Amino acid sequence: MPDGVLRRPSVLLQPLTAPSVTASRNPAHSTSRSPAPTHAVADAGSATGGPRTAVTAATASAYGAPTLVTPRSSPLSCSSAGAAEDADGVGAGVVGTGSAVGVGATGGATGGVGSGVGSVGDGSGEGEAVDADADADADADGVALAAAVVVRLIGSSSSSPVSSAAAPPARSTATTAPPASSRLARLVPCQTRQSGEAGGPSSVTVRRSLRRSTSTSMGWTGARSLDDMPVESLFARLEPLLPSVSKPIQYVGGELNSSVKDWDSCDVRWALMYPDAYEVGLPNQGVMILYEVLNEQPRTLAERTYSVWPDLAAKMREAGVPQFTVDGHRPVREFDVLGVSFSTELGYTNMLEALDLAGIPLHARDRDGTHPIVLAGGHAAFNPEPIADFIDAAVLGDGEQAVLEMSAVIRQAKADGVSREETLLRLARAGGVYVPRFYDVSYLPDGRIARVAPNRPDVPFRVHKRTVMDLDEWPYPKQPLVPLAETVHERMSVEIFRGCTRGCRFCQAGMITRPVRERSLTGIGEMVKAGLDATGYEEVGLLSLSSADHSEIADVAKGLADRYDGTQTSLSLPSTRVDAFNIDLAQELSRNGRRSGLTFAPEGGSERLRKVINKMVSKQDLVDTVTAAYSAGWRQVKLYFMVGLPTETDEDVLEIAEMARDVIRAGRSVTGTRDVRCTVSIGGFVPKAHTPFQWASQLDHETTDRRLKLLRSAISSDKSTAKAIGYRYHDGKPGIVEGLLSRGDRRIGAVLEQVWRDGGRFDGWSEHFSYDRWMAAADKAGVDVAWYTTRERAESEVLPWDHLDSGLDKEWLWSDWQDALAEQDLDDCRWIPCFDCGVCPQMGTDIQIGPTGATLLPLTVVKNPLSV
Amino acid sequence: MTRKLPSGPPPPPAVQKLRLRYTKRGRLRFTSHRDIARAFERALRRAQVPMAYSAGFSPHPKISWVGAAPTGVASEAEYVEISVAERVDLERLRAALDDSLPAGIDVVDVVEAPVGTSLPDRVEASRWGIRLPQVPLETLHRAVGAFLTAESVPVTRLMKDGVRQLDARTPVVSMGASWDDVAPSCATLLMVVRHVTPAVRPDDVLSGLRSVADLVPPVPPEATRYAQGPLTETGEVGDPLAPDRHTADGATRAAADLEQAAAGAP
Repeated sequence: MPDGVLRRPSVLLQPLTAPSVTASRNPAHSTSRSPAPTHAVADAGSATGGPRTAVTAATASAYGAPTLVTPRSSPLSCSSAGAAEDADGVGAGVVGTGSAVGVGATGGATGGVGSGVGSVGDGSGEGEAVDADADADADADGVALAAAVVVRLIGSSSSSPVSSAAAPPARSTATTAPPASSRLARLVPCQTRQSGEAGGPSSVTVRRSLRRSTSTSMGWTGARSLDDMPVESLFARLEPLLPSVSKPIQYVGGELNSSVKDWDSCDVRWALMYPDAYEVGLPNQGVMILYEVLNEQPRTLAERTYSVWPDLAAKMREAGVPQFTVDGHRPVREFDVLGVSFSTELGYTNMLEALDLAGIPLHARDRDGTHPIVLAGGHAAFNPEPIADFIDAAVLGDGEQAVLEMSAVIRQAKADGVSREETLLRLARAGGVYVPRFYDVSYLPDGRIARVAPNRPDVPFRVHKRTVMDLDEWPYPKQPLVPLAETVHERMSVEIFRGCTRGCRFCQAGMITRPVRERSLTGIGEMVKAGLDATGYEEVGLLSLSSADHSEIADVAKGLADRYDGTQTSLSLPSTRVDAFNIDLAQELSRNGRRSGLTFAPEGGSERLRKVINKMVSKQDLVDTVTAAYSAGWRQVKLYFMVGLPTETDEDVLEIAEMARDVIRAGRSVTGTRDVRCTVSIGGFVPKAHTPFQWASQLDHETTDRRLKLLRSAISSDKSTAKAIGYRYHDGKPGIVEGLLSRGDRRIGAVLEQVWRDGGRFDGWSEHFSYDRWMAAADKAGVDVAWYTTRERAESEVLPWDHLDSGLDKEWLWSDWQDALAEQDLDDCRWIPCFDCGVCPQMGTDIQIGPTGATLLPLTVVKNPLSV
Repeated sequence: MTRKLPSGPPPPPAVQKLRLRYTKRGRLRFTSHRDIARAFERALRRAQVPMAYSAGFSPHPKISWVGAAPTGVASEAEYVEISVAERVDLERLRAALDDSLPAGIDVVDVVEAPVGTSLPDRVEASRWGIRLPQVPLETLHRAVGAFLTAESVPVTRLMKDGVRQLDARTPVVSMGASWDDVAPSCATLLMVVRHVTPAVRPDDVLSGLRSVADLVPPVPPEATRYAQGPLTETGEVGDPLAPDRHTADGATRAAADLEQAAAGAP
């Protein structure tokens, strides 16, 4: 990898913790909601048959042509019985994210933090420049979601989880070698053979039982002409390129618990891509989950591919080596599906690079039956319009069931020998899958969208997300991948719940992953045990968007700490809110191992601003919590904030300095030493689709940078505390590009393509990102960046993603946006009555939380098998 | 300033120290030493090796590495020492650890280390083989001749602190060329190189061949360390574990020594 310091994906910046919401629910929510509907009704809507939202005069007149249909009843209050309310929504949604695990961190996914390009360490001193303990926080990003995919088979309302007994992926050293090594040896006699070589770590670990069981299943006739040709490993051609590139191990594969299935015994083959460097992509929980879920199926195969660094990409082009998977080193072009998981928009250029390296036409319209279906998933897929030209489909929501259902559709389509168009149509009709080519966008003279509507009668007007309801049925990853190469998260992760209803208004992850679904205490215990046995990791991250909010978190922490007492195994909660944190919990977490850092994310500098973003915590709460941590032995805490939030003023930002000073002073007084530190980390706010801030004006980068500077001088102005406060931030420019992509429409595709043609890659990395390149490309494409970023949208405007249904009522989002402007906070629906965000009735889902009342029993201690 | 000490009892002391020889074969030659170290720690846990840990806030398993082949270079002879808190059966440990490591990083030998002996002190030189695909054997012969004739062969290498000049000739004890055993059409450079500081690596010798004889391999060469250990009088590389193995009651004595040392520790 390039020399630069790894820039933490934007995702990372987002915090971990956050403030509490204590205010009671505002009654105004249920009574004073604006009646204005969000979507206009599409004229062809009759196909849906369901009741529609009324079109207001204002909407209709402003736009002439209406936009979308909402095939749903008008928003009623969702009582707990709401689940059954709207049959249409039930079970339909799909997609994406394979488990959004972890997202929390994902700033990217959430609100954005400008993504750290260009991180600047400042402040005092030691260890600031590189965030060594990024882990705790970072983690979630790993998780960031997965590609998701999905499809609801028509007529089937649910799919049962795969039996894990089907075929445990065996990692075998002895049984593997022959196929790979002999093949390599034949191809390149002098290069790859070596005495005693067992075929390398990535030698094929074929599940022989699978091969047997599926040997009769071959012989379907597919639409792809290349299906009959043998697919050889590219490794022999890749290997000579590796000695001269940085960190070659990342391209070698062979991770513990990875598998390479026999190509010919499978008839649906997925290449799963995380469009960033291996070190960022490998730990991604979403990809890992889908990889395992798919590979457990006897006739389905999944391999992984990641972005290759420019040094190798250049050599591959020169040598004619195409984009490959790291498992079997098979050409990506030969797969049926290329599923790309986007946790942040900054991976878009990397997808274009991968397509080009793979030999797959950049534009979906230029592909034929021999090319993979290019599928986008993950949080960014909730607004895939900027990449609509390049993808064949996008899936929305959780991916576990979705990928299985899509596989079935594709298998059938191949068996039927249908065209690519027909396959996509079947996917689009299955539910949860958005196929951009089946939808047309028209524009008003002023550039706003007039309408987005299907261009054929047999696809849905809106695409609904998929939701996995029982996490205990999906205990993935069961066998987490353990890489040889160093990655951003060196730990095993268990997603303890999915979704979050804290209601932070900047947080896309919290909005699009509703409702909250907890994994049970015993389910967590089993996953931790299985995962540790399978990996040898010494740290377990308990992931979610706000881990301390699990209804049995104290029992989970204590139970696990007891189980692993004396084993040097540590636990971490990467994402905890200030109000949910307590010292006992923290002590349990660090009991058996290394004590990790503490990070809290108040996000907003002032109390007023925290009401605007609905992340409620008082300064006193924060100071008290941090003080308690200092007195319990922690010496360093990190505080995350955002700059550029709606309604923010200079004064709001300057209060961050005051908060940091108060924390240091209180810490010194309680510990009696000056040896306490805090680090203030700032990310730039980027408005995201499907959040109450989707209408907001993004702050221009000049003002962002000016406020960052002001804050720096404020922190350093008080000499008594300046040295104890670290200051890390990212400048405002990358955030503008992220903002352009996150709320962009199809017209942004031309900008993306131009940026890629001009050499744009790895936009999440400071040493590769070029703001000027983006602006030049926008100019050339005639795109006004400010119109997409700093312009505030009106209620009636048709947003590019209105036809993609995350379950949230647009009316509710708008009223929450109005509440934000009125500095009115909103409580969490886990603990108060429903406030009608719309997800449960629309999706046929409900909150799934404990407590279960179960306990974790101690593990049986046996004599060490090696001792004498 | 007072330092907070970890609460709880100190970790159990080491009762046995082991020396392991492992390999880095095939594709695994692309692992860096850091990668190997991480993989080892995890494999030790998966294999349930009862490791001894250091004390303190960040306890680490007691592992010490003896040199390390550069990234991209394969090896049949890498060494590491580990300390365990319970006495273990050597062969069972070897098999369990080998099974927990990726194929290619193979644990091929384990001995018990007598107290007071130093493995690093015994490692004086390495025997290398560098396969040079598409280089005619005759060409390689001539290059070797030119290299050995030279008094010194200055080469440069980019290090952390900038470009540095080394003499690639002096540490080379012997050098020859032959056909590769495995791939008969491939010329192979064989050599014994003394360990010096900074180390002269296979790459440096190749740079030297380029400078004295214009030898430019058309395909990336593939280097393997076949042995490292004491340099014998005849210029061969010996087995560094031989002294441990050859002490008839070495294991028993070593254990007694170590237990005594542990008991005597404050």
